[in-house]
Amino acid sequence: MAEKPRFRWHIVVFLAPAVLVYTAVMIYPLFNTLRLSLFTEVDQSRVYVGLQNFRTLFGDAVWSTQFWNALGNNFWFFIIHMLVQNPIGIALAAILSHPKLRFAAFYRSAIFIPTILSFVIVGFAWKLILSPIWGIAPGMLDAVGLKSLYAPWLGKEEYALTTLSLVSVWQFVGIPMMLIYAALLSIPDEILEAAEVEGITGLSAFWKIKLPLILPSIGIISILTFVANFNAFDLIYAAQGALAGPDFSTDILGTFMYRTFFGFQLQLGDPHMGSTIASAMFAIILVGVCLYLFGIQSRMRRYQF
Amino acid sequence: MKKSTFIGAMMATSVLAGAAAAQDVTLTIESWRNDDLAIWQNEIIPAFEAAHPGIKLNFTPSAPAEYNAVLNSKLDAGSAGDIITCRPFDASLALFEAGHLADISDLDGMANFSPVAKSGWSTDDASVQFCVPMASVIHGFIYNKDAFAELGLEVPTTEEEFFAVLDAIKEDGSYIPMAMGTNDQWEAATMGYNNIGPNYWKGEEGRLALLAGEQSLTDEGWVAPYRQLARWGEYLGGGFEAQTYPDSQNIFTLGRAAIYPAGSWEISGFNNLVDFEMGAFYPPVQNAGDTCYISDHTDIGIGMNAATENAEEAAIFLNWVGSSEFATIFANALPGFFPLSDAPVTLEDPLAQEFISWRGACESTIRSTYQVLSRGTPNLENDTWNASVAVIKGEESPEDAAARLQAGLESWYEPQQN
Repeated sequence: MAEKPRFRWHIVVFLAPAVLVYTAVMIYPLFNTLRLSLFTEVDQSRVYVGLQNFRTLFGDAVWSTQFWNALGNNFWFFIIHMLVQNPIGIALAAILSHPKLRFAAFYRSAIFIPTILSFVIVGFAWKLILSPIWGIAPGMLDAVGLKSLYAPWLGKEEYALTTLSLVSVWQFVGIPMMLIYAALLSIPDEILEAAEVEGITGLSAFWKIKLPLILPSIGIISILTFVANFNAFDLIYAAQGALAGPDFSTDILGTFMYRTFFGFQLQLGDPHMGSTIASAMFAIILVGVCLYLFGIQSRMRRYQF
Repeated sequence: MKKSTFIGAMMATSVLAGAAAAQDVTLTIESWRNDDLAIWQNEIIPAFEAAHPGIKLNFTPSAPAEYNAVLNSKLDAGSAGDIITCRPFDASLALFEAGHLADISDLDGMANFSPVAKSGWSTDDASVQFCVPMASVIHGFIYNKDAFAELGLEVPTTEEEFFAVLDAIKEDGSYIPMAMGTNDQWEAATMGYNNIGPNYWKGEEGRLALLAGEQSLTDEGWVAPYRQLARWGEYLGGGFEAQTYPDSQNIFTLGRAAIYPAGSWEISGFNNLVDFEMGAFYPPVQNAGDTCYISDHTDIGIGMNAATENAEEAAIFLNWVGSSEFATIFANALPGFFPLSDAPVTLEDPLAQEFISWRGACESTIRSTYQVLSRGTPNLENDTWNASVAVIKGEESPEDAAARLQAGLESWYEPQQN
């Protein structure tokens, strides 16, 4: 009789810490939030109401206008990152990976440092820089004769969200830069040399050889940007507060959820509607990630070296 | 051998110390006033402990923005202190309804308080009281006396004089007429709308009529303050749209602005910062000789955790909070937070004296949006912030702003639905 294969306990033992911690701090709260969105509170007790909260969120004008406003702002926040942060990140990486650039390590660190700063510091520092009263922005513009271009951007509805998006771009441009930089370094020199022999050099080498090879990294960066932007909260909260002024023009799903869940000033917290918004955010991010994974990632061509 | 004797001695002393401490009851106080920690430790607690041997106090404040959340979780977990500092109105009412705050209507010290003072911490029908009113803040305008003297200006008492003063300061150009920004939003509502408003809706009369559904936010008394605010924009200094609350405080205390729409809580902070003389005037009335109304807003109360094991001692402490002894210590330690009790209090700070003197000259009321009206969705207080900012910036007309607030209120508040 053949001996039964022994149960491999070490797998369980090695997996356990990560699984336990992840379950406790991520999976359980996530499912509990989804569950909480199906309840409401009536007379101090929790009552199951099915999808009623979602009907309120999307059907009641008071809630739905706020929700669509926040979602629209979130998309704008994301678009700015995609159009500004990622191209600049790629360009910086391409420049940094140029073998003749001097002080590359210094530039790399300098550009990456804002990424490790706290949101609170970034929000506060930029608020001061842009402040019409103490800020250096009006003075600097004045020095180059462009004072007329200055406006109290964070206080104007039409500019506030774009300004904050650009602040966020400033903070995080180091991440795509680093990822692309790593991808560029992994391109074997033989390929580039072979291209050079064929007469492809300089910019056209970037467009024709390097860019196709780093496309998968750009895909990953896009999806990371998407997830990070739709989960964003800190910078807006640090710079504009939970009411995301002026007139909710910088309100994104994160601040809307925070205000609803924890309450604000005289508005009492409503964990159930807050969870409903959190669930909607989860669904939006899930759909976005799935679209990417199944629609784009699986069709992307990969090159083996 | 020696070592174990030492450990034994240590254990014995700690047991003894424990036994000695057990005779005293320690009351733990939950509060969001971490700014007041020194005042509690140096003045209030010693005064109470000297008069009440056997009761010790432990003041454990948390950050203001986190207080509500921290307190709620502590109460749910059963680890909250014996004494709870109460936010006014619904936040504390919710705690009472959830069974976390004890009914203290029968406390002797309660007799020292007027109905307006008690309104912040009683049930809607005023039958049950769950916190002792501790302090209020009064709204008005603080001004730079030196700047006024320099420009030869008189303190305005009417609307017309107010704008004449603002025009004069603006024309002179050496001072920003008024220091207020709209970035943080709440100042526009709290120091703007609810500061000047009571003169137009006639204080408690209008506020109670609004609560009862007899007046609406689109009535003249409630729109007129917005018409005033709409004129403020041009006096607020360049870039006021992005000016924050600390910016405004700094502009005024650095002597760059002449007038500061204020709450009395600024007094102690400003006293330490300014090198000019400050004065204060109450919100200007419409016509000379009109009765003036001030916002004398109930801000801090103090109650008892319903789950406390030391209910008797906690009641003794709460009674003491209602006494004139406490009122005098508190008011002088924190000029700008005025005791709500009817007990006589002598104030030493001249600016605080100026503020409290209005109680005699004017009628007191509280902020219009705080009682009941900010209970639903949309939240009237938050909407008032938003509307006040929009009106000051000229993005919304006073009438449109009022109509929007009224529509929001009507959508959930039954007395307003007829």
